[in-house]
Amino acid sequence: MTRIEQRFAKLRSENRAALVPYVTAGDPEPAATVPLMHALVKAGADLIELGVPFSDPMADGPVIQKACERALRYGTSLRDVLGMVAEFRKTDVETPVVLMGYLNPVERMGYQTFAEKAREAGLDGLLTVDLPPEECDDVAGLLENAQIAPIFLVAPTTSDERIAHVARAARGFIYYVSLKGVTGSQTLDTSALAARLEAIRQHTDLPLGVGFGIRDAATAGQVARVADAVVVGSAIVRLAEEFDGDPVGFAHAASEVVAGMRVEMDRVRASGVEASV
Amino acid sequence: MSKIDWAAFPDARGHFGPYGGRFVSETLMGALDELQKAYEQYMGDADFMAELDHDLKQFVGRPNPLYHAERLSKELAGAQVYFKREDLNHTGAHKVNNTIGQALLAKRLGKTRIIAETGAGQHGVATATVAARLGLECVIYMGEEDTRRQTPNVFRMRLLGAEVVAVKSGTRTLKDALNEAMRDWVTNVDDTFYIIGTVAGPHPYPAMVRDFQAVIGREARAQHLEMTGKLPDALVACVGGGSNAIGLFHPFLDDESVEMIGVEAAGAGIESGRHSAPLCAGQPGVLHGNRTYLMEDEHGQIVGTHSVSAGLDYPGVGPEHAWLKDTGRARYVAVTDDQALEGFHRLTRTEGIIPALETSHAIAHVLELAPTMRPDQSIIVNLSGRGDKDLNTVAEREGITL
Repeated sequence: MTRIEQRFAKLRSENRAALVPYVTAGDPEPAATVPLMHALVKAGADLIELGVPFSDPMADGPVIQKACERALRYGTSLRDVLGMVAEFRKTDVETPVVLMGYLNPVERMGYQTFAEKAREAGLDGLLTVDLPPEECDDVAGLLENAQIAPIFLVAPTTSDERIAHVARAARGFIYYVSLKGVTGSQTLDTSALAARLEAIRQHTDLPLGVGFGIRDAATAGQVARVADAVVVGSAIVRLAEEFDGDPVGFAHAASEVVAGMRVEMDRVRASGVEASV
Repeated sequence: MSKIDWAAFPDARGHFGPYGGRFVSETLMGALDELQKAYEQYMGDADFMAELDHDLKQFVGRPNPLYHAERLSKELAGAQVYFKREDLNHTGAHKVNNTIGQALLAKRLGKTRIIAETGAGQHGVATATVAARLGLECVIYMGEEDTRRQTPNVFRMRLLGAEVVAVKSGTRTLKDALNEAMRDWVTNVDDTFYIIGTVAGPHPYPAMVRDFQAVIGREARAQHLEMTGKLPDALVACVGGGSNAIGLFHPFLDDESVEMIGVEAAGAGIESGRHSAPLCAGQPGVLHGNRTYLMEDEHGQIVGTHSVSAGLDYPGVGPEHAWLKDTGRARYVAVTDDQALEGFHRLTRTEGIIPALETSHAIAHVLELAPTMRPDQSIIVNLSGRGDKDLNTVAEREGITL
């Protein structure tokens, strides 16, 4: 079993949903990232999604765009990000780490080189938002050999036919984008979400993560009722802007957010399916 | 060069060899499928094509002339130079050929809102124009830096009823406007049609925009044959994203005797690093939905570009150009800001035509190319746009206050 599979198996046996914080690597500065990852795990994170900074983050809202710009002030590269994963692995061999970003930095490094380096670093998955399954033939085999899960998105606009296609290519878990729009968008309709996840489950046994629009402990709890994993990005990353120049303060504030979500998610699951909405 | 069946490109999934494709987030895949179906259906639909032809004739003013620049040809003492006068189209550039077509598709699809990105503002103006005519809501994304360089076009778009959003992210130029338009589309995908202005972006845009722009080459080919009884020896067009160049080149691809030359912006000089010439000095990568030549650093980050012309100030290029370059069917050169300005003045003084700064790059190359050819040979240059929008930029560069 891969690290991702082990983690979801354990959570399932405990009737808990995975809490997956997203942080942009190198934001607000490169030295802050590995201590932040450890702090997030300590606060209750089950899996870390580490953003690879990109100059043109087309699928992201202003919060993560600015995070990319802060990280790129220091020239944080994909090579640096893999170095951070390796550093994190020195003291944490259990928490899965997934990179999230755009294809071009991976393409520039070379898929073969990326797969080798990522495996050495102890990376578990790769989510490139601008790489749909149709275009991933070059990459899929290399990732498979390196035991790196290609993680794909399903959106509210994805047809049933495409869900089946995505499910065939996906490993690790499937990331359901709960809203049309960019990261950091506003509202979330949880009853529509439940129906949608049910439809996706017709096509796959993989765990379903939900991201976009999870702003606080209350929404995280609502999503945890119906999803296998709750991904929270902008709600954490916006703190990096607030604490720019104060990485310790940022790690502390981010940990508080994660801890609050952890408590609410576990409470909702423990109190049975009909939790407060 | 082995024989290539050009009509077979792109393939069903939008690939031109290794280039093109559809590299977008999942939310847009459904909309792109819908667009592709509509495009394939209506390009073969007699009513749609009749409406398009009618609009191109009655609203745009097509066909525009193929003009024999006799005085310039004589001065250059080489090939005969012919200009395809896209500058005479309504709104002053080739861009409207495409916006007319895409807006008609938007109508057929029942979309009520149109968005577009723009660099020099010509595509924005052409989009705002068709939106006004069809009564559609219109939002144009433009880099803040470009809104400053192209104030007359910003005003024009607002007069036409469009909302112009000055994009403040990244380098605040065309690429950032494109990012922002994509973000809008992903959010409002149900009621919004994104009119991309160039032959880049995810499939089917590169093929669709090419097909709408190919009217340029079809007319030019027929006009040249009628005027001279033969095909031209060379075609020259400027390349930013590359829509005016593809529009001219595409109908000539099977005419093996016709050489094709795309002219990129060398800005302050290729060696300075401050340029916009991905085909001449970049390498393949993935940006804005397609694989193509890009300007990027060693880590795959897109780098800032520079050109005196906002319309060429873009780090990528249409994937079909990348394919034409690799196959050797077309070749690509770059001219500097200074050379472009020289081309601008030369055409204005010699032929009484004030060209856009983008177009001036093509003219600058012709000043070098024509003298190397014989007087019985000919070149068609795509005079892609008029220069009214650039008067401020030219004046500023030359220390003149208007």
